Amino acid sequence: MDELLKILKNNALESPGNIAKMLNMSEDEVRKRIKEYEKKGIIRGYQAVVNEDQLDINRVMAVIEVTVTPEREGGFDRVSNRISRFPEVESLYLVSGDYDLLLFVEGRDLKSVSSFVSERLATIEGVKSTVTHFMLKTYKHHGVEMESQDEYERLKVSP
Amino acid sequence: MNTKDSKCPRDPIAAHLRDVPRSGIRDFFEIVSSVPDVISLGIGEPDFDTPWHVREASMFALEKGATKYTSNMGLPKLRKAIARYVGDTFHVSYDADREVLITVGVSEALDLAVRALVNPGDEVLYHEPSYVSYRPLIQFAHGCPVPVETRREEGFRITRDRLEERITERSRLLILNYPNNPTGAVLNREDVRIMAECAREHDLMVITDEIYAEMTYNGSHVSIASMPEMKERTIFLHGFSKSWAMTGFRIGYACAPPELTEAMMKIHQYTMLCAPILSQEAAMEALNEPDNDIREMRDEYVRHRNYIYHAFRDMGLPCVEPGGAFYAFPYIGDTGISSKDFALRLLEEEKVAVVPGSAFGACGEGYVRCSYATSLEELKEAMTRMAGFVRRITSC
Repeated sequence: MDELLKILKNNALESPGNIAKMLNMSEDEVRKRIKEYEKKGIIRGYQAVVNEDQLDINRVMAVIEVTVTPEREGGFDRVSNRISRFPEVESLYLVSGDYDLLLFVEGRDLKSVSSFVSERLATIEGVKSTVTHFMLKTYKHHGVEMESQDEYERLKVSP
Repeated sequence: MNTKDSKCPRDPIAAHLRDVPRSGIRDFFEIVSSVPDVISLGIGEPDFDTPWHVREASMFALEKGATKYTSNMGLPKLRKAIARYVGDTFHVSYDADREVLITVGVSEALDLAVRALVNPGDEVLYHEPSYVSYRPLIQFAHGCPVPVETRREEGFRITRDRLEERITERSRLLILNYPNNPTGAVLNREDVRIMAECAREHDLMVITDEIYAEMTYNGSHVSIASMPEMKERTIFLHGFSKSWAMTGFRIGYACAPPELTEAMMKIHQYTMLCAPILSQEAAMEALNEPDNDIREMRDEYVRHRNYIYHAFRDMGLPCVEPGGAFYAFPYIGDTGISSKDFALRLLEEEKVAVVPGSAFGACGEGYVRCSYATSLEELKEAMTRMAGFVRRITSC
């Protein structure tokens, strides 16, 4: 992967000036290349990684396994695109194994997620079955550990 | 005659030890420790944690009951893995049974190597500015330390002229350390070839401390042990502290022809017995997938290196672009204050710790060592504060 993307994936707030220093290029060049990535749709957005367990909000996340009957034309694409349009669906992957689609779904409470599954998802033509797991606690999200563990301190000066 | 009155109290400390000063780094460490909330660029170890698979393997080894002595030379499987790694990476082939000795960090290996080679009064050449241990270890072995100056204008690379100036008929040994702590300098293939030629011409033994070899950013690392007819006169030192971020495991090794290894082994078996078995097990795991572990760290060091090098240039501090290790060694002599005062005032006024260059030998005066093995956030903040400090002291 391009070094510039690695830096932004790690910290999207890194300033073009600092990136320029790290990559030995001009600030203008950095800005230009970020714009190009955005235009090509390689960079599709910038988000904060939030530990929502620490917020006092009632919200429910569920992981849902879905089996689907693939279609003669397009395979899983039509059903997947249809499902991904729902705002409740945070992520959607086609996977190998016992089921076909893996969904991460967000809702206000248990009831709203349940009704999304039973009324919206399960009723889509081609969806054969669903298994819903409610999430209890987040330990790691997007490569970031959500609980700070006690760390050993390094010596302040060493040879 | 009253013998009682004429007797001076005897100095209980051995004479050759009295002349060895405490490490300048240690003095500075004590000062820094007394100041809270310091951003430290004074740390000579990676800021990465040891790769998780290595830590996990050590726990598993402990569970299995790896709590006993190992053979003096070290675990046979580890010596095999090391011989393979050194062969692949440094292009020197060592026999795992007779030419690889596992030690408690490269520090022990260095001590063994110096003691195995030096007779009282032998002159030992080493380049300065240098890592703090070389000179004292030579003195502990009753040798005469002979520093060879390296200069900024020459990229802190040791040159034939400066080396030959210091060679006498008592010269016995040359210690090399590239990539270098504290300057970040590296030698290219031609430099290494010239050093090998000098060693052969003047019949010098060589100890090469290549602990930072994997942290080479411009071009590829060349070991002097791989040069023609050099293996037989070289003790090659390497370890896991820097490349695998395993400083606290204290695990390193020496590779050398059988008679040299046997000589080092004699001291090792009577003093240390063996390196800790858990650390040996951890090292074994580290060698399972070396490239993956090292690549990520090296990429980050390169970005930090570029950042700090540009930052010094923007501050107007002359600095050689470091080609390896994780140190930059900017020249602060134009500010008009000594490197010690610079470091002390930077600490007091800006709470940023760097190490005075004078801790690395007389010719380190006028420089400070800045380690960039620290988080980018801290590095950025440290550079901002240092820039303000430099502006302030140069304008008044």
